[in-house]
Amino acid sequence: MKHFVLWFPLALFVAFVLVVAIMLRTPSDTVIRSHMIGKPLPAFALPAGIPGKPGLSAGNLAGGKPRLLNIFASWCIPCAAEAPQLMKLAQMGVPVDAIAIRDRPEDIRAFLDRWGDPYQRIGSDTNSRVQLTIGSSGVPESFIVDGRGIIRYQHIGDIRPEQVDEILRHYQDAQ
Amino acid sequence: MKRPLFALLLAFAAPALADSSLPPDPLSYTQLPDPKKEAAAAALMEQIRCLVCQGQSIADSNAELAGDMRAMVRRRIASGESPEHIRRWLIDRYGAWVTYDPPMEPLTWPLWAAPIVFLVIGAWLARGRLRRRSR
Repeated sequence: MKHFVLWFPLALFVAFVLVVAIMLRTPSDTVIRSHMIGKPLPAFALPAGIPGKPGLSAGNLAGGKPRLLNIFASWCIPCAAEAPQLMKLAQMGVPVDAIAIRDRPEDIRAFLDRWGDPYQRIGSDTNSRVQLTIGSSGVPESFIVDGRGIIRYQHIGDIRPEQVDEILRHYQDAQ
Repeated sequence: MKRPLFALLLAFAAPALADSSLPPDPLSYTQLPDPKKEAAAAALMEQIRCLVCQGQSIADSNAELAGDMRAMVRRRIASGESPEHIRRWLIDRYGAWVTYDPPMEPLTWPLWAAPIVFLVIGAWLARGRLRRRSR
C-alpha cells in the first residue's frame, strides 16, 4: 500500500510524458468535418450567381438523382486549381451545382470564362449564411447529395486529379 | 547578387488575394442598438471558435467567415433567439469543437471530473501526512 503511494507521482509523471510524446508525434488534424453528413440538406434558396444561369435551392438538390454541390469562390485560388477536375466530372455525367461564397456576378463570370464552367446552377451566398447552414468551413468544398436531398459525402479542399475516381465512387454510391 | 535581388522583388510582390472583394457584413463590425442584446451576442461570440483561424474566437478573429458568423449571431439574437439555441445550432453543424464551453458528454466528462478527482487524491494524501505528524 505504502509502495503504491510512493510510486504514484512518478507513474503519473511518466504517463503525462508519454501522452505528450505521442501527441507531439501525431500530426495535428485541423480539418473540420461537417456533422451534417447523413442528414437532409437544410432548406435554403439562393439567388442566381450570374445572369442567365438559375439560382440554387435545397429543392433543386432533391430531384431523385444524386448531385455534386461545389462550394467555391472566384477569389479562391485552390478553386481554380480544382476547376479541371470538376469539368472532368461534369463530362463524365455528374451533375454539378455550385454555391458561390461572397462573390460578385462579374467576378464569377470572369472566373468561369477563365477556368471553365461545369455548373448547372449557381447560388450566390453573399454572407456565408448557407455555407454555415450546411457545416462547410471554407472554400473549396464539395458535397455529394443523394436523390432525396440527404448529404452523403463531404470533400474538403480542392479535388486533385488523383481524387476524381474517389469522388466518382462516392457519387455512384449515393445512387 | 541573386539573393538580394530576390529579396527586393519579394518586398514589392503583391500578396495573393485570399479574401473576397465584398465588403464585410454591416453587423460583423457594428454593435446591436439594444445593449442587453449586444451583451448577450458578445458573450456568445467569445465562446464560438473561428473555423478559419482555429485558435481564436469569432469575436477576436479578422477572418471574413468569422465576420459573417458574428453577423449571424447578432442577427439571430436581435430576432429573439436564445444564445444557447444558436450554440446548439452550430454544434449540430460543426461538432462540440466549435464552442469553447464544451457540453458534458462521454468524451468530455473526464475533463470536468479530473479536477475533482485530483482534489480528492490530494485531500487523501494530505490526511495521511497530517495524521502521521500529529501522532
